[in-house]
Amino acid sequence: MLGEGIIKGMLETARNFAGSYVSKERLITVQYPEEREALPENARVFPFLVYDGPEWLPGLRCVACQICEKECPPKCIYIDKSADKKPDAAGKPQNYPTRFDIDVSVCMSCQICVEVCPFDAIKMDKQFEYSTDDRFGGLLLDREKLAKSNEYYHQIHPVEANEVDTRLAEERAAAAAKAKAAAEAAAAKAAAAKAAAEKAAAETPAAAPAAEKPAAPKPPTSGGGGA
Amino acid sequence: MSGTNLPATVDQIFITFTHWVAHFFPSAFQPIVADVLGVIGIISVFPGLFAITVLLERKGLGRMQNRYGPNRVGPWGLFQPVADGIKALTKEDVVPFHADNVVHFLAPLILLTAVFMGFAVLPVGHHMELMNMDAGLLFFFAMGASSELSVFMAGWSSRNKYSLLGAMRAVAQMISYEVPLLLTSVIVVMLTGSLSLPRIVEAQAGYSGILPHWYVFTPMGFAAFIMFGIAATAETNRSPFDLPEGESEIIAGYFTEYSGFKFAMFFIAEYLAMFSISGIATTLFLGGWAAPFSFLTVVPSWFWFFAKVMCFIFVFIWMRGTLPRLRQDQLMNFAWKFVLPFTLVDLVVTGIWRFMGEGILRWIVCSLILIATYLIMGRTGMVRKPFAPRSYRYAE
Repeated sequence: MLGEGIIKGMLETARNFAGSYVSKERLITVQYPEEREALPENARVFPFLVYDGPEWLPGLRCVACQICEKECPPKCIYIDKSADKKPDAAGKPQNYPTRFDIDVSVCMSCQICVEVCPFDAIKMDKQFEYSTDDRFGGLLLDREKLAKSNEYYHQIHPVEANEVDTRLAEERAAAAAKAKAAAEAAAAKAAAAKAAAEKAAAETPAAAPAAEKPAAPKPPTSGGGGA
Repeated sequence: MSGTNLPATVDQIFITFTHWVAHFFPSAFQPIVADVLGVIGIISVFPGLFAITVLLERKGLGRMQNRYGPNRVGPWGLFQPVADGIKALTKEDVVPFHADNVVHFLAPLILLTAVFMGFAVLPVGHHMELMNMDAGLLFFFAMGASSELSVFMAGWSSRNKYSLLGAMRAVAQMISYEVPLLLTSVIVVMLTGSLSLPRIVEAQAGYSGILPHWYVFTPMGFAAFIMFGIAATAETNRSPFDLPEGESEIIAGYFTEYSGFKFAMFFIAEYLAMFSISGIATTLFLGGWAAPFSFLTVVPSWFWFFAKVMCFIFVFIWMRGTLPRLRQDQLMNFAWKFVLPFTLVDLVVTGIWRFMGEGILRWIVCSLILIATYLIMGRTGMVRKPFAPRSYRYAE
């Protein structure tokens, strides 16, 4: 009959109208500033720099290798390399960025900087509320604003952060083992040299200078490894 | 009107107030003062109602779509109309470079004037009409029809293809639905024997037991009421007949090129047209200011009028929340192949009703004729004809 469908439709909207006052489940709107939904773990918005330990500047994992700067498709990363060096996460002396800016108004959240970073220094953040009335300065994040602790990284991406920490710990252990082996080899070499020297000394009275090898670099104690 | 009877006093409070104010003036000016007060009443009450309705519409539509609707400005979003008003008033008034300036400027003014004129004859309460015209119904529809002129002025003067398309659609639609709108009110005129709106209401203000004598409770009155509702929806360009301003098709139709306060004037005029058409539907079919039950006559008549109008508005909103927009050919088919013939049959039925005399027989006969017509025409008239594959002929 003509008009049947109209009545059916009207009843449906009437049900919605009345139902939305009765059951809260019908209203799917999330009233954003007051209520917010938890972001999924893999959510990613803009990159940030991870640092280990309590201080952000000494703990920065970034070594200013500038790979991310070169790979960034929209070219939103600006890095100035330092002249001096500081020990990095694995304890090796490395450069560090004297300037590390990301223009988040340009960033397209592609995560390529994260993919290419060999030092696990840059990761994706979940922070998305960058609204500001200064659209140039307010959206150009410097290294201090970008630096966030490894603990924070664990909070937002626990699984990924654990993987990274395991890998870094392995690297550190490998580096330590290598250093130890090197030290042992050096010691053995020194011993051999000493023995040879003694032997030579026995033959010739001239004393060979003691082979003072530099001590193997100790693994850093400040690392958040395995946290 | 005795001052001791409290319901009657409250009912006539505005009339009493007008007389009281007018008696401060010399007697030669008293009718003018009373009229001016009435005009002030109309141009303050209905735009106020407009603000409330816009809020209710947005809230109601939201709820129909399982949303909250506006709830940020003030408690429960109550001050949203204020925010909207400030926004409309502070916006820049852009007039297209190639627009016909005078016509472009006049169109919203004429529209608003024409719409406001319609309220002059509406009896919003017992004795509460600005003009008691013998041909009030005719005046009302004349004013309603003149709004088409300003719609076309707006569309034409904007020099914009969307405006012109919207205006053409609006004029085609309004003229098509004007015919059934007038014919359905002819049914009421036939039943009452008068074109005067107060007299039409008074004819419906009686009661059998506690039940009222509204025309909607007669077979042809009910049929006419439904058809009037359809035609009224189309006249006011409301969804599902909102082709003239279908935003997904032609931006905003005839008022695409209007901004700021002129846009607000179109917006207000559209809602005021909705009120006036709801008011006339209430007057013609739902007993105007008459109470729905005899024991409710203690409640003031103007309350009943506005309550009925708001019910009408709610149905308008409800339809907007439910029905999708029609296609142009569906719109025209519906008007000329269903609504108009059905209304003509209804006119004949009204004649039969009039000449069959009192009794249950005329109820049965008239109802049967109308139901049969509805079923047959719904089956045959609204059948979708299969389209043949489109063929083109080219000039040789």
